[in-house]
Amino acid sequence: MSKHIKDDFSIVIAGQAGQGIQSVSHILTHVLKLEGYHVFATKEYMSRVRGGMNSTTIRVSSIKRDAYKSSIDLFVPLDPNGYEHVKKRFTDDTMFLGFKNNGFCSDCIMEVDFINIAQAIGNRLYANTVAAGAILGLMGVDVEQPKEYLRAFFVKKGEEVIKKNQEALEKGYKMGEHFAFSNDVTCSFETDEDVKDDLFISGIDAVGFGALAGGVDFCSSYPMSPSTGLLTFLAQHGKDCGVVVEQATDEIGAINMTIGASYAGARGIVTTAGGGFALMCEALSLAAMTETPITIHIAQRPGPATGLPTKTAQEDLNLVLYAGHGEFVRAIYAPGTPVEAYEITAHALDVADKYQVPTFILIDQYFVDALYTIDKEEFAVLPYQKYLVESEREYKRYAITDDGISPRSVPGYGDGLVCADSDEHDESGRITEDMDGLRMQMMEKRFFKRKKLLEESALEPEVIGKKSAKTLVVCWGSNRNVVTEAVENLEDKEVSVVSFVQVYPLHKNVKKMLTKADKVVVIENNATGQFANLLEKECEIKIDKRILKWNGELFSVEELTEKLQQI
Amino acid sequence: MITAAQTKKDFNVPPEVENQWCPGCGNFPILQTLKKVMQDIDIEAKNITLVSGIGQAAKLPQYFKANYFNGLHGRALPVATGIKASNPKQTVIVTSGDGDVYGEGGNHLIHTIRRNPNITVIVHDNMIYGLTKGQAAPTSQEGLVTPTQPQGVIDEPINPVAFAISLDAPFVARANAGDPKEMQKILKQAIEHKGFSLVDIFQPCVVFNKVNTYQWFKEHTYYMEEDYDVSDKVAAFARAAEEEKFPLGVLYAHNRRTVFEDAVGIYNVDDRPLYMRDMNCSVRSALLASQK
Ligand SMILES: Cc1ncc(C[n+]2csc(CCOP(=O)(O)OP(=O)(O)O)c2C)c(N)n1
Ligand code: SF4
Ligand SMILES: [Mg+2]
Repeated sequence: MSKHIKDDFSIVIAGQAGQGIQSVSHILTHVLKLEGYHVFATKEYMSRVRGGMNSTTIRVSSIKRDAYKSSIDLFVPLDPNGYEHVKKRFTDDTMFLGFKNNGFCSDCIMEVDFINIAQAIGNRLYANTVAAGAILGLMGVDVEQPKEYLRAFFVKKGEEVIKKNQEALEKGYKMGEHFAFSNDVTCSFETDEDVKDDLFISGIDAVGFGALAGGVDFCSSYPMSPSTGLLTFLAQHGKDCGVVVEQATDEIGAINMTIGASYAGARGIVTTAGGGFALMCEALSLAAMTETPITIHIAQRPGPATGLPTKTAQEDLNLVLYAGHGEFVRAIYAPGTPVEAYEITAHALDVADKYQVPTFILIDQYFVDALYTIDKEEFAVLPYQKYLVESEREYKRYAITDDGISPRSVPGYGDGLVCADSDEHDESGRITEDMDGLRMQMMEKRFFKRKKLLEESALEPEVIGKKSAKTLVVCWGSNRNVVTEAVENLEDKEVSVVSFVQVYPLHKNVKKMLTKADKVVVIENNATGQFANLLEKECEIKIDKRILKWNGELFSVEELTEKLQQI
Repeated sequence: MITAAQTKKDFNVPPEVENQWCPGCGNFPILQTLKKVMQDIDIEAKNITLVSGIGQAAKLPQYFKANYFNGLHGRALPVATGIKASNPKQTVIVTSGDGDVYGEGGNHLIHTIRRNPNITVIVHDNMIYGLTKGQAAPTSQEGLVTPTQPQGVIDEPINPVAFAISLDAPFVARANAGDPKEMQKILKQAIEHKGFSLVDIFQPCVVFNKVNTYQWFKEHTYYMEEDYDVSDKVAAFARAAEEEKFPLGVLYAHNRRTVFEDAVGIYNVDDRPLYMRDMNCSVRSALLASQK
């Protein structure tokens, strides 16, 4: 069965929760990166701690390919039931390495019993390292560097564990190598020296670094998949960076605590998922009324209610657009790559502070868990500005000004007093029911003037391809790379991608751009086309075609290529 | 050193601020007493932040010259915690109602006591919802007839002081707005005590609660004896559980717990509040550089 491992190679590892998929993919991805391969990984898992069936897809390529492909080049089942779980992704060329499953083409399987081999070494725990070794052997990657990596990885566990893992790696490696030889598997891969020094980072950690670059110094949040990674990131690194991090006991407490912190001069962020954000809606309105800056990071998953806790979706745009009682402004961002996540998170924090408004970062499970190799230089030091003023004796927190922004001070900074109120208030912050006077003036300042400021500061969507193309394929957030690769596959100069990192308010050029195109296609992970609807309303256009998916899975490059070809 | 300007601190708001409380309301003595306590402690208005939820009691900050954050119904405690954790130099005091702190915000009370920021929580306990015109509060006594409990309250009232002691709150006291002199001593101790302090103040609502009046509170309370040991948790709990006559004074006080803002771990090396700090770019960049 002669096979060829080419420049763009997808490895899928499947097994039960607790069987060690994460360890195999951790070793594999890091080793491959250190060898100079571009690596991109996504995981798909069930909302349970043991059992079930999970998988990780590792896409290895010689040029950067940060998008999910569904077809499998090498399948590595850590459990015989893995086949059933991903069978729709097999192709005629898929190679199989690992446990047998009699229901599937038994003659093309390179059978390895990882556990047996591990047990022979001394402990079934080494099975993951055997598996990683077998894959590396099959691919013909040099064996010495992975052994060094294992030494560094297990250094805290002692010499015995290091040695046994190295032995396990070699055993697996030999089998992989042998299979490659006896099945005529050849490999031609061009490696890229520069990748070796790259960051290997998850989407959520990119948000975390962006939050630090944006000067965050307060975070109180309540754990909820898939948003918890940001709380964890800040809890791990916060102290050294002067960030106060506190796990709240519910989302209402989390956001109110962050609002209190921000009122006192902190730059605050909360992280949550749709359900948690639903609990925060009253306080969102409080932030707006008191003109207290806050950034809310929402990692989406399919609903309603508890929905599919560990799957992906873009279902909460409408919630975020309209959340909160009363009328007030907001800005909503949706990064689609780690570099965007880094920059946009810092930007969202800045905009919140500058205009004293709530800002949102909308991502999703897929982006949270995806792992990317990124050039460190791309995470540059970003401009950072504080917008606080020292107060004078007669300071008024809600002073009416020409541009609608009242200079913001905080308690203790200067001789004035800072009085914030959730009731309608006068310039000094005291309750008022002066409807025709103060109410109207405050609405003018809080809503109309700020709406204009936010519109003027809106980020333009990125056009990939020709701006004047006849067909524009629109996406937002994490679909960016998948859509871009699918459109590249069409090889049609008249089809371009428009990727939105800010979904609200829209940049002023959007309407003109979309109106000029012959055809506008919108791709998103929900059942109704929430962004398409928004575009129709805001730009007074008709979206010609919506490509939607709402089963909890992300789009694959192949699937989108096929769907776009039909248009 | 006390300057002339400081001795004149009265914490009075400008006369044009209209007070919306009913004449004779128990909120007035609380407001006046709190002003006296703060004069006594000798602190500048700019270093005090009052935090409240929504209700009649929660309007107190409007009538007191200091910083304030008048937030949502029930949500004063997390806001106060956030303020204290971002600026430990502020004296943070929550003044809100029994419905606000024990009802809508009950969950926050549990966990704020556990978290233990150095703040003082003053609950105006009128055993009724004042602002919304006389419905039962979590402290309403069984049998109290209200527009929404026409057959009388059937739920067991919460015992806030016993509850706080059970969670080992560092300072738990009860006062009577009908006795400002004693209330002043209690409030002063509460504010000066390091750690979470709860003062439940019996506060007659002269409009919507015709049962629990000044007279009723006088008859149904007593002060604890001078030699009472405030640090004994079990004894405090036994006292707090008394409901025939409610004990007044400091029920429980100790210094056995770490304060939240000390525990967050960023003020031990640098005691400046967050607003004064510039972002430490070098630490943040170094973190990024150390990643692989
Ligand atoms: C979320 C929400 N629910 C209900 C209300 C209406 N509300 C305002 S104050 C209040 C109760 C007030 O009682 P309490 O806290 O005891 O204060 P009091 O007026 O008695 O001082 C209620 C139910 C509100 N403002 N917000
Ligand atoms: S309604 Fe009751 S609590 Fe409110 S001001 Fe009047 S007397 Fe006081
Ligand atoms: Mg009340």
